[in-house]
Amino acid sequence: MVQTARPSARFRPADVVDFVIVGSGAAGGIMAKELSTAGFSVVVLEQGPRLTEAQFIHDEFGMLMRNQYVNDPSTQPHTFRATPQDRAAQALSLIYGRMVGGSNAHFTGNCWRLRPSDFNEASRLGGVPRSALADWPITYDDLEPYYTKVDWELGVSGEPGPFDAKRSKGYPMPPLPVKSSGVLMDKGAGALGLHSHPSPMAINSQPYNGRPPCQHCGFCLFFMCEFRAKSTSMAVMLPLAEATGRCEIRAGSYVARVEMGTDGKAAGVSYFDAQKRLQLQRARAVVLCANGAETPRLLLNSATSRFSSGLANSSGMVGKHLMFNTYFGVDAQFEHPLNEYKSVQNTRIVTDFYESDPKRGHYGGGAIDARFGRYPITFALQGLPPGSPTWGEGFARSLAQQYTRSMFFGCHGTSLPRETNSVAIDPDLKDAWGLPCMRVTYQDHPDDLKNARFLVDKALQIAQAAGALKAWPETVGPQAQSVHLLGTCRMGNDPRTSVIDKYHRAHDVKNLFICDGSSLVTSSRGQPTMTISALAFRAGEHIAGFAKRGEI
Amino acid sequence: MFDLHDRRAFLRAAIAAGAAWATTDVADVEAAFAWSSGQTAAGKRPVTTLTTAQADVVEAVTARILPAVDGRPGALEAGAIHFIDRALATFNSAQKTLYSDGVADLNRRATAASPGTASFAALSAAQQDDVLRQVERTPFFQAVWFDTIVGTFGLPTLGGNRDYAGWHMLGFEHQPSFQAPFGYYDAEIAKRG
Repeated sequence: MVQTARPSARFRPADVVDFVIVGSGAAGGIMAKELSTAGFSVVVLEQGPRLTEAQFIHDEFGMLMRNQYVNDPSTQPHTFRATPQDRAAQALSLIYGRMVGGSNAHFTGNCWRLRPSDFNEASRLGGVPRSALADWPITYDDLEPYYTKVDWELGVSGEPGPFDAKRSKGYPMPPLPVKSSGVLMDKGAGALGLHSHPSPMAINSQPYNGRPPCQHCGFCLFFMCEFRAKSTSMAVMLPLAEATGRCEIRAGSYVARVEMGTDGKAAGVSYFDAQKRLQLQRARAVVLCANGAETPRLLLNSATSRFSSGLANSSGMVGKHLMFNTYFGVDAQFEHPLNEYKSVQNTRIVTDFYESDPKRGHYGGGAIDARFGRYPITFALQGLPPGSPTWGEGFARSLAQQYTRSMFFGCHGTSLPRETNSVAIDPDLKDAWGLPCMRVTYQDHPDDLKNARFLVDKALQIAQAAGALKAWPETVGPQAQSVHLLGTCRMGNDPRTSVIDKYHRAHDVKNLFICDGSSLVTSSRGQPTMTISALAFRAGEHIAGFAKRGEI
Repeated sequence: MFDLHDRRAFLRAAIAAGAAWATTDVADVEAAFAWSSGQTAAGKRPVTTLTTAQADVVEAVTARILPAVDGRPGALEAGAIHFIDRALATFNSAQKTLYSDGVADLNRRATAASPGTASFAALSAAQQDDVLRQVERTPFFQAVWFDTIVGTFGLPTLGGNRDYAGWHMLGFEHQPSFQAPFGYYDAEIAKRG
């Protein structure tokens, strides 16, 4: 790995840098690396703190219940309602990483590509009633080279699955060692004639580009990797960006508005620094990689007299089409210890149900992975089957018996885009910086829940075929919370129905670019990070080209 | 000291694994050690928010929620009470009244169940269970239940899970490094080749 040999760049807000990037996660980190290595000066503004590996702590309580590394509802609350007819109330509905490295720093590592079919489902299926399902303006072939860039520049372990789309290059690393949950998935899926295969993971299975292989400590999900074995923006891209000497990562910078010049172009962004002083970072172009929640909020909060309904929002589509993905599953207990608390979250997936099949009677597809996902506190709170003792000797005995013998079959599914599912501005609520907060409106499309039930039913069959002593499905019902924040500034060729073009340029503002979960036109089958990362490589290349040709 | 040890173990393993940051961020590492050891020292304090009499009652409740069974430690052995006491002094201060009212209620019920007994903590385990069954749906019991779980299974720096007792109860090992095979089923496959 290229370590920072010279001090990273430092700019003053008054300096007109080439690019200011808002956000440092999956997309922001790649964007910073692509633009700085292309020769441009870059400032990355990140609202969260900059942590080093030595500060990482495996504090399940802090992480899951005290919002240690995510957006903090006590200072930056938002409201939620299911439908426009409901009254919105404060809730923790949207969750994202709040630190240098973003959500990507503590993601699971799943690295699923889309398939060619994801890009043109609307025209192929003829649309889905009560949804805004649309085709992407790009194809799998357009994105494939950039998926390969993610594989090789970040580092992905895996081997091609039986239904994968064609790849221009193999995986750079073999799969991680199979866990007991994966062996049971192989057994259960195999008995049903399904195809269990190694999960593609952004985690090193062997030394890669100067970073060590996974040590199998078991703290990937919700935690950052002490060993830099997880291939993240934080571990790989941001150090490369800083090593150019042209990129500054400014932590503790809470962005308030994109500021417009009199020429109709973005002049920079205003932000509160760590001392809550308002600053203006000037730039020749602005790139928003602030995630599918904060990017639309920022655009809507950047309304001017000329852009009265929010910046880049002549289509009215900013904040619309929010998609969560569905995530439900099946808990299972086995006779012998699996010790799922060790190593990566999952080592096997079943993608037989990826494609939407009209014969099922609903739109949707997905995949099932073999995982655990429960650290000790979470397991004690909710890891035992319904009807188990909740306190006393029976409770203690069950926990002691089952912690090592339990696993979870996670079902990851599609969410249809709906115009009513949205991130908007709450009319009343302000955050600790005095900025208007988000109001989230979300109700799963009926097909999303039918698809989730379909997948859970398949997972239950797999668990039983694997020989589970006990297996019980989660109840599938309306989702009100997500860490997947997708679709809110969708890309498209038509400025009347989309926010950005296929090169991630805002239709309405020549030097404003948007690339993060908000860019996705469809929801993926439940693991969007790989696609967000590939889009960032692709967008970075095009944006650098525009800048070099004087087209921003 | 356990988390200090834990941090050091992770760092040692990181260095062994060739993690570049482990040798470059020495100052940060030392700062993390200092922070971690300060946290642990704080965790060893006696109760400060609850009175000793209240703490005896709450501790007795934690011991009935997660009793020691089959030779494994429970919430009492894990010192969950220390997490609860510290939480009430800090981020959980909003529940102080819930706790003091709940303790008083348990003591009243203890007296009713066993005239002459002033404290729930003085009842036998079977009597305590009888009383707890009367209150198991109350907000007080739910709060102690949740806090007992966090205090038993959370990081020792939070005040409980003394000597990793809670994790020993589950069979959860917190180590910087494991090697395959990890469990029974993958070991079986590995044996077969």
